[in-house]
Amino acid sequence: MATVDLKAVKKRFGSTEVIHGVSTSIADGEFIVIVGPSGCGKSTLLRMVAGLESVSEGEVSIGGKRVNELEPMDRDIAMVFQNYALYPHMSVRQNMGYGLKIAKLPKAEIDRKVDDAAKLLQLEPYLDRRPRDLSGGQRQRVAMGRAIVRQPKVFLFDEPLSNLDAKLRVQMRLEIRDLQNRLGITALYVTHDQVEAMTMADRMIVMNAGRAEQIGTPLEVYERPQTLFAAQFIGSPSMNVLDGVAADGSLSIGDSSLPLHSRLSGPVTVGIRPEHVIPDAEGPLAMTVQMGEPLGANTLLHGRMAGRSDAFTVSLAGVHHAVAGETLRFGVDPANLPFFDPKTGQRIEAEA
Amino acid sequence: MEKRVTFKGWLLPLCLIAPQVVISAIFFFYPAGQAIWQSLFIPDPFGLSMQYVGLGNFEFLLSDPYYRASFLTTAIFSTLVTLVSMVPALFLAVVADRLIKGAGTYRTLLIWPYAVAPAIAGVLWLFMFNTRVGVVSWYLGNLGYDWNHVLNDTEAMGLVVVASAWGRISYNFLFFFAALQAVPKSVIEAAAIDGARFWRRFWTIVLPLLSPTTFFLLVVNIVYAFFETFGVIHTITSGGPQQATTILVYKVFSDGFVGQDLGSSAAQSVILLVVVGALTVFQFKFIERRVHY
Ligand SMILES: Nc1ncnc2c1ncn2[C@@H]1O[C@H](COP(=O)(O)OP(=O)(O)OP(=O)(O)O)[C@@H](O)[C@H]1O
Ligand SMILES: [Mg+2]
Repeated sequence: MATVDLKAVKKRFGSTEVIHGVSTSIADGEFIVIVGPSGCGKSTLLRMVAGLESVSEGEVSIGGKRVNELEPMDRDIAMVFQNYALYPHMSVRQNMGYGLKIAKLPKAEIDRKVDDAAKLLQLEPYLDRRPRDLSGGQRQRVAMGRAIVRQPKVFLFDEPLSNLDAKLRVQMRLEIRDLQNRLGITALYVTHDQVEAMTMADRMIVMNAGRAEQIGTPLEVYERPQTLFAAQFIGSPSMNVLDGVAADGSLSIGDSSLPLHSRLSGPVTVGIRPEHVIPDAEGPLAMTVQMGEPLGANTLLHGRMAGRSDAFTVSLAGVHHAVAGETLRFGVDPANLPFFDPKTGQRIEAEA
Repeated sequence: MEKRVTFKGWLLPLCLIAPQVVISAIFFFYPAGQAIWQSLFIPDPFGLSMQYVGLGNFEFLLSDPYYRASFLTTAIFSTLVTLVSMVPALFLAVVADRLIKGAGTYRTLLIWPYAVAPAIAGVLWLFMFNTRVGVVSWYLGNLGYDWNHVLNDTEAMGLVVVASAWGRISYNFLFFFAALQAVPKSVIEAAAIDGARFWRRFWTIVLPLLSPTTFFLLVVNIVYAFFETFGVIHTITSGGPQQATTILVYKVFSDGFVGQDLGSSAAQSVILLVVVGALTVFQFKFIERRVHY
């Protein structure tokens, strides 16, 4: 149990910089999810906290103590890898007890701790099996077990669920969260799955190309995205973005115009979440439907803005029978539309 | 599911395996049959007549102290060759595995010795250790050590072991290196996080994961030491001094072609045939059930 602090942490591989300075403070017991597209530097950031990669610049501290120079084993962390990284030649019991054995704990105590962890993870029947004789989900639990027996200060997870099927993933998501809650251990969790991030995180770090685009609770990021990237990355289906020009209390997008509640002016990018669209025969916006996607509880309509080339997606509650070529008119509540600078992608605070 | 090609009729499959069968017949079955046949006779020194002795040649061999000594020599020699060719190879592979810069050159250099034929390697080592003109023996002499493998048993054994093992280091290195690269990096990292330092990781994680490769190389190197080191021994010591480096294969040659005792030589070949047969069966059994983690 400890805080984790990153101060302007940078990482260079040779001369290419892949992490451009990430800073954040993680509270004791907090569950932080690092989320972003493939190659954005999530694993690298996590591995710097673990001590598996050196820190090129900046400072990583755990429990208030600088750890840049410490070996992984001296940082009091435990990590769960994407491929689980179990020791293939050891039984489940030996896998979980390896770290304790190295720490020279008495055998009886090792057995007790391993048994406790096995019980917690329902692994008792498998303690004498080798990893190759376990299912993916069971291996995943062993990896978790190996992490929890040592009672580390910080848990690090690198996409631990990405090799499981969808149903098991949802179940393990809850289990991991529940376990972390009970143990009260600070956790950093890497994923590229924004749903996983939304459901698990106390706070999330949305990363893109080596930068933290936004750090905040899932709802903060969803409701008040600070950058265009964060806006589009979080939420499913992803947010529609349209370029427009704001002037005199209204925003013109092509031929349509939306009333504005703010004194914006000049070219702006506006984001409209598919689920915030309000169908309205008199609405100011219109799209030409190309395809419907009935999901049961809601229906997605994909198409293009009428008379424009921008792709647009709408999510409507319930079942709708969409006809290709049909025109759907709709409106939006202008009160909480996010606006972004078209050049920098940064949010423009629209003061009323 | 098994993938199997099936042919209609006999002719095509027969033609396809014919070259292999012919080669095996000419170079293996025929000489092997000859050896078994000859091992039952004692020919006269001029090769004009043969006298049937049944298993007499074998009985004589197994009670011959020189032959038994040769067994012991072979055991010592092959153990040493295996050790000297595998331990450094493993060490070099571990180093190469950790290297990032210049690893390519390093690996290429390590593979070169394998391309040198055993007899030529023997000559190289012979020159270096030649008691009169050898570079190494000259240096040793300067250091006050009088190197003479022509007279000294231990030195002779040491030299043939090193000369035989030298080229094999490359071969073993390749296998160890490939096996090391196949150990998932994350497993090593997990062990590092679990608190194991380099040597601890090596003994408890890396080495056990290399065990299938190690076992395979063990068998292959023993077979090599038994049967393929003739050239080295012949060029360096010719089995001497006093038979100190006469391994079984060399004794077949020296008794048969030098001593002209063809019956005994044939019997020795048959014994070797049995040994190599046993080793091969062992090896195949092992490879089939090879531990897959
Ligand atoms: N050892 C390395 N040497 C050079 N570049 C590297 C190295 N490791 C990672 N990178 C680069 O750093 C960037 C970030 O990699 P990282 O593995 O952190 O991405 P990620 O966000 O975890 O992606 P994914 O979701 O695919 O796992 C990538 O562009 C990658 O090519
Ligand atoms: Mg990654």
